Amino acid sequence: MTALIETDQLEKRYEVGDSVVHALDRVSLKIFPGEFVAVMGPSGSGKSTFMNVIGCLDEPTAGRYFLDGIDVSRMDRDALAEIRNQKIGFVFQGFNLLPRTSALENVEVPLLYDKTHPKDRRNRAREALKLLGLEERMQHHPNQLSGGQQQRVAIARALVNDAPLLLADEPTGNLDTKTSIEIMELFVRLNEQKKITIVLVTHEPDISAYSRRIIRFLDGRIVSDRENRP
Amino acid sequence: MIHLPATLKISLRALRINKMRSALTMLGIIIGVAAVITMLAVGKGASNKISEQIATIGSNLIIVIPGSTTSSGIRLGSGTYQNLTIADSEAIRNECSAVATTAPVLNGSAQVVYGNQNWASGVFGTDENMIEVREWTLASGRNFYDQEIRSAAKVCLLGRTVADNLFGNDDPLQKTIRIRKVPFTVIGLLEPKGQSMMGQDQDDVIYVPISAAQRNLFGRYFPGTVRSIMVKAVSTDALERAETQIRELLRQRHRLGSSQEDDFTVRNLTQMMQTAEQASRVMALLLAAIACVSLLVGGIGIMNIMLVSVTERTREIGIRMAVGAKTWDIRMQFIIEALVLSLIGGLIGVGLGIAIAEVLSFLTEWTILISLYSILLSFGFSGLVGIFFGFYPAYKASLMSPIDALRHE
Repeated sequence: MTALIETDQLEKRYEVGDSVVHALDRVSLKIFPGEFVAVMGPSGSGKSTFMNVIGCLDEPTAGRYFLDGIDVSRMDRDALAEIRNQKIGFVFQGFNLLPRTSALENVEVPLLYDKTHPKDRRNRAREALKLLGLEERMQHHPNQLSGGQQQRVAIARALVNDAPLLLADEPTGNLDTKTSIEIMELFVRLNEQKKITIVLVTHEPDISAYSRRIIRFLDGRIVSDRENRP
Repeated sequence: MIHLPATLKISLRALRINKMRSALTMLGIIIGVAAVITMLAVGKGASNKISEQIATIGSNLIIVIPGSTTSSGIRLGSGTYQNLTIADSEAIRNECSAVATTAPVLNGSAQVVYGNQNWASGVFGTDENMIEVREWTLASGRNFYDQEIRSAAKVCLLGRTVADNLFGNDDPLQKTIRIRKVPFTVIGLLEPKGQSMMGQDQDDVIYVPISAAQRNLFGRYFPGTVRSIMVKAVSTDALERAETQIRELLRQRHRLGSSQEDDFTVRNLTQMMQTAEQASRVMALLLAAIACVSLLVGGIGIMNIMLVSVTERTREIGIRMAVGAKTWDIRMQFIIEALVLSLIGGLIGVGLGIAIAEVLSFLTEWTILISLYSILLSFGFSGLVGIFFGFYPAYKASLMSPIDALRHE
């Protein structure tokens, strides 16, 4: 089985004045299709940089990164944009929905940048919202939705392109406990039923408990990588 | 590539959110476009009016007048010398290849009487070619016969002003009027030409055979002499050639040595008019160019607002990039936004410009001419301004790093 994510000696260095900061220090790992991985670590441990590189938002300084068997570590901006569009769905802590734009149109955004026909676009966005139980809220703007609903719209947006990989950066950071549980159960369901690979960054043990593999970062290195039984 | 209807929708929404800002930004373009349209309309109207007037004096017209005489050391000014003759006129007509035809003129002012009405008018003794030279059209009646010119027949052609003043609503044809108490029969009525460029009424005119004018009206002139010769060149291009030919011919006929000055003056009327037309056209273009500057200023306003907009929407740009927008997707979004802004402004400007030009022509009675060309020009230019000044902000937006853009507060 080919790994969905495979990194080989991945490095990310920043030069701050005279000193060099190793945000990622020779990280090598494999994540296979269908896994549910939690990435943990204190702030500054490199887990966010790791997510950015894995999400093709940032380029590594050295090392190689294969996504779905494709070497993406040396791709240019537009090629990376296409990879993000086709292979990755993002869920952020701050939801990152477009303001003054309906839920439906928010979910449609990724489809604007591939070759989806406008009619198809609307239908697929509707389906994604339905899957997340938001059929009643399609025309609502983000400021008319609760935090949990907003995050579900964001998840619908991440799913609309049928991307095999879902990257979630502190997805429950802005939500209360009850809503957090709902969202995490949603992730588990998507992972089990739709076989979507989920990589989730969190610093809360309660949240990482839902995953089946926990990777811990410290000073840019992986310090532990173990299975988890939810 | 990006979907145009969707992008358009995004742009319109963004512009609607900041209504006041969008309106103020458009104002620059609106004023610019309106100014261009108004200036071109007024300028084009003026130059058209001049062209019309050129047409009324007759195209390709040259006038030859006698030179000045000197009496006891006092130079008496042009036209005082009586040395141009009917024979000169005929020689020019027959011998100059660039000349289509000529008409001699012996003119003066005279009181004319019909019944209990009288009127003072310019009376021009000439021949049957005058109609062709000045491009008159006969409203009714006929031109002189060659026979009438030779036999000094007392017949005349009337301009509309003279006919109106003497006859009112009556038909003047075959009636007898008295010019300086000499009876003349009206044989033709001329179509009106209106005012000349200098404001003279061109229809206040009576034509009589030159022989009759000399014999019965202006007897102080030596028989055969004329006050001027009107010449029609074969074409506009031939005007200068005709001028040279006339000058050479008359110098030869007047036996002037190479050291002597011309004893006549050749004036190219059409060229003078064309110069005036050209001047007004240049003026119109100059005004439009100035108006274009305000369009340019409007463009800078667009750039300014687009830069603000890009900064404000950094996070939106980050989100779009994260879900797969490529460099040109982002670029097109902002260029289209600037374009929509400038084209809406352009459209309003076109309407406003037409309205201003119409009001102006109503208030000042100027001739205005709104051409499709000027509308397309200013509208197209406003679009170019939008693309040009929208490009830099769009370019800036497209080069943002997705991570930084997403983190932007």
